[in-house]
Amino acid sequence: MSEIDSAAVLPAPGPAPLGARLHEWVVTVDHKRLGLMYVGAGLFFFFVAGIEAALIRWQLAVPNNHLISPDAYNRLFTMHGTTMIFLVGMPILLGIANYLVPLMIGARDLAFPRLNAFGFWVFLFGGVLLYFSYVAGEGLYGAGSAPDVGWFAYAPLTGAAFSRGNGTDYWIVALLVSGLGSIATAVNLVTTTLTMRCEGMTLGRMPLFVWMMLVVSFLILVAVPPLTAAQVMLLFDRRLGAHFFDAAAGGSAVLWQHLFWFFGHPEVYILMVPGFAWASEIIPVFSRKVIFGYPMMVAATVSIGFISLGVWAHHMFAVGMGTTLNSLFAASSMLIAVPTGIKVFNWIATMWGGRIRFATPMLFCTAFLLQFTVAGLTGIMLAVAPFDWQLTDSYFVVAHFHYVLIGGLLFTLFAAIYYWFPKATGKLLDERLGRWHFWLFVIGFNLTFAPMHVSGMLGMPRRIYTYPADRGWEPWNMAASIGAAVQAVAILIWVWNVIRTFRRGKPAGNDPWNAWTLEWATTSPPPAYNFEVLPTVRSRRPLWDLKHPEDPDWKYE
Amino acid sequence: MLRDTAGRGRTSGRARVSSAAAVLLAAVSGAAAGDAPNRTPSIFEPVSTPATEIHHLSLLVFGITAAIFVVVLAVLVHVIVRYRWRGDDPGREPPQIYGSGRVELAWTIVPILIVIVLFLATARTMGTIQKNRAPEGALRVTVVAHQWWWEFRYPDLGVVTANELHVPVSTKDRPRPVFLTLESADVIHSFWVPRLAGKTDVIPNHPNTTWIEPEKPGLYVGQCAEFCGTQHAGMLLNVVVETPETFSSWIEAQRRPAVVDPAVETGRDLFRSTACVNCHEIRGAGASGDVGPDLTHLMSRATIGSGVAPNDRAHLESWVRDPATIKPGVRMPAMQLPDRDVDAIVDYLETLR
Repeated sequence: MSEIDSAAVLPAPGPAPLGARLHEWVVTVDHKRLGLMYVGAGLFFFFVAGIEAALIRWQLAVPNNHLISPDAYNRLFTMHGTTMIFLVGMPILLGIANYLVPLMIGARDLAFPRLNAFGFWVFLFGGVLLYFSYVAGEGLYGAGSAPDVGWFAYAPLTGAAFSRGNGTDYWIVALLVSGLGSIATAVNLVTTTLTMRCEGMTLGRMPLFVWMMLVVSFLILVAVPPLTAAQVMLLFDRRLGAHFFDAAAGGSAVLWQHLFWFFGHPEVYILMVPGFAWASEIIPVFSRKVIFGYPMMVAATVSIGFISLGVWAHHMFAVGMGTTLNSLFAASSMLIAVPTGIKVFNWIATMWGGRIRFATPMLFCTAFLLQFTVAGLTGIMLAVAPFDWQLTDSYFVVAHFHYVLIGGLLFTLFAAIYYWFPKATGKLLDERLGRWHFWLFVIGFNLTFAPMHVSGMLGMPRRIYTYPADRGWEPWNMAASIGAAVQAVAILIWVWNVIRTFRRGKPAGNDPWNAWTLEWATTSPPPAYNFEVLPTVRSRRPLWDLKHPEDPDWKYE
Repeated sequence: MLRDTAGRGRTSGRARVSSAAAVLLAAVSGAAAGDAPNRTPSIFEPVSTPATEIHHLSLLVFGITAAIFVVVLAVLVHVIVRYRWRGDDPGREPPQIYGSGRVELAWTIVPILIVIVLFLATARTMGTIQKNRAPEGALRVTVVAHQWWWEFRYPDLGVVTANELHVPVSTKDRPRPVFLTLESADVIHSFWVPRLAGKTDVIPNHPNTTWIEPEKPGLYVGQCAEFCGTQHAGMLLNVVVETPETFSSWIEAQRRPAVVDPAVETGRDLFRSTACVNCHEIRGAGASGDVGPDLTHLMSRATIGSGVAPNDRAHLESWVRDPATIKPGVRMPAMQLPDRDVDAIVDYLETLR
């Protein structure tokens, strides 16, 4: 069957010329190819933003360092944050969802394949546009290069009076354009999940991954448009003489913060829930046990989605909102710890009583559990509003959200890459290099970010390009910079692992992990049409039923 | 290193290591590190009521979160050790457990109870700090944040100064809290002196208030905590807490107009005839700009450039010649003055005690 099909697609036997193969990738509407291109582009930006982070750590290793000028430094952290959130986190999570959602629900593609291609190319255009500011900002009217206003771009620093040149305009337009892509893909994922599930897959039988991506897609639909609106308003301020955020003309600087964080806090969950989604597939398979408390996991995810829409002003406790609002947002922010805690306990309960195989994906998931717990607990500290008055905008916050986004998200992303790489390429990543990657990355990550909790509590604010030598911050910063170097080595080992596997990796077979969801029922890599015959399922773990006809899941659900 | 120089007159590496260790201990245990002179703006060494209140609350929060962390860690380690697959019997699958309503209810309700406790503690501290109103006799100061320096105005005392905030100590017998009104001349800044109080943002067109009640004389450092542009890092903040007597004499001195010394008339004339006067005020010398710091008593300050350099002749000279060499990006332009004029102006500035 597959031979017949490939003969129909390819013009001639043998590999097609390079140009033709590239052309196929450019014009493709296949969800798997688009998913891989999303991930590939995201990883490219990951290296760019990683280099920016390395420069930041180099600059901060010692006090009074003059390696990088203040303006260049401000551009570095603005671009690092913006890139990691919008050009690394978003495309990779959308890309993996793109790849896996149709496979997991037994569909042949997303509901709107061409909209999917549009979403990817628009995102990529946005990314290129953002980085184009480095070269083009200088050449246009006014001074300026890349944006230097921070990733949350607080007004009125972004106003025409304080941010001259075009850097901020590039920031606005680039994110506006890539946000359009995110919205398009979210519409696509929601529609696909709601209408294209295979026979027998009720909502209650969807893999947790699909459930969680459904919640993420809804969050994108609610959270991204307010950012787009705020950015249009800012563009009006800057170019058309409006005064929405222009405090000198009666506008409100606080309004921007509300609009931005109304996007910004759900965004944290848009980024983190996919990590939960990957972990929820990987932990059961390597523990050899069904997920503990599936209905509770779904309920916790949905409630995280809802609560995350009502916590945004905990980023603004120092703004002077008054006791009532502060209390309200402190309460809602603490409340979100409850469903999050339920998830952590349910994952650990899944491992309890299992026969846990610590292959690389599971190693990353285990470290994630502990590191994410740290992130959650420092999150509770930040929700305690008076404590937050000391901690906000200090290095403690930098430590906190890197424990979320690296200790949580990036660790689960590596788990996901080691886990699904064989499905996408047909080859297994090397386990020995994987363990090196894991241990070095655990050490490097914690060495970088654990000390930042301390320097923050010793009064070090974030976003400073250098610091005086008399404040007792030196050892913590030096440790962080050494940790960054260790992380870089770990990443290089991973890159080497990927390159080596492409050249001579072990063939993976269809189902290397003895897993249970539908993507493992097809070939690795799957054919363009995914399944020869669309599957029918009777439970949440169709492949378990197949492998254990004597003890199928559908008897218990 | 500098801290050691200032505090104990030695710079050995061991001292640095041990002070780092002391800081770590203080951070971990939350204990104050004693009376040794120390410029580290640690939130664990509060010397002012709001900072102390927050410190107490933080200990409770640390206790609860540490307990949760230990429980999760213990269970996870147990699971890893106990249930790790040891390579035996590869085909066998463990019993499948789909969930347990009772267990899951337990780990829903316990966290909710913890959240309630935390919230009540939060609300209480928040009330203590935020609802406090200025009592009779409190000192009022208006803080105006600029890119990238601080202006301090004492409306009841007729004093205006910059970058170094002088306040009296508040004792049990003579309580004298300081109530600060925070205003911004341009973008958003944040007022943060960790040992005195948590931070409050300084927002244009949105005046905020905060208060401190320092109980020990000394120099407390802080800096702007909201990114505010090129020199956000160079927007340092020094708070000098003095005995009531020292504070009164400081106020007396600050209220006087600038010294008029005929020996430096050249410099004063240069100051008044060039662009200096457009931005700086020197009371009694006919300079009344309100863009840059008030220089009437410049030499009473220990630092220039909002704390980025010591206030001595060498730094004053390079500042007047081209301030960007000390503080790149600073709003004050290089005035392209010949060396002779720079010398004369610095001669004049040095008389502004």
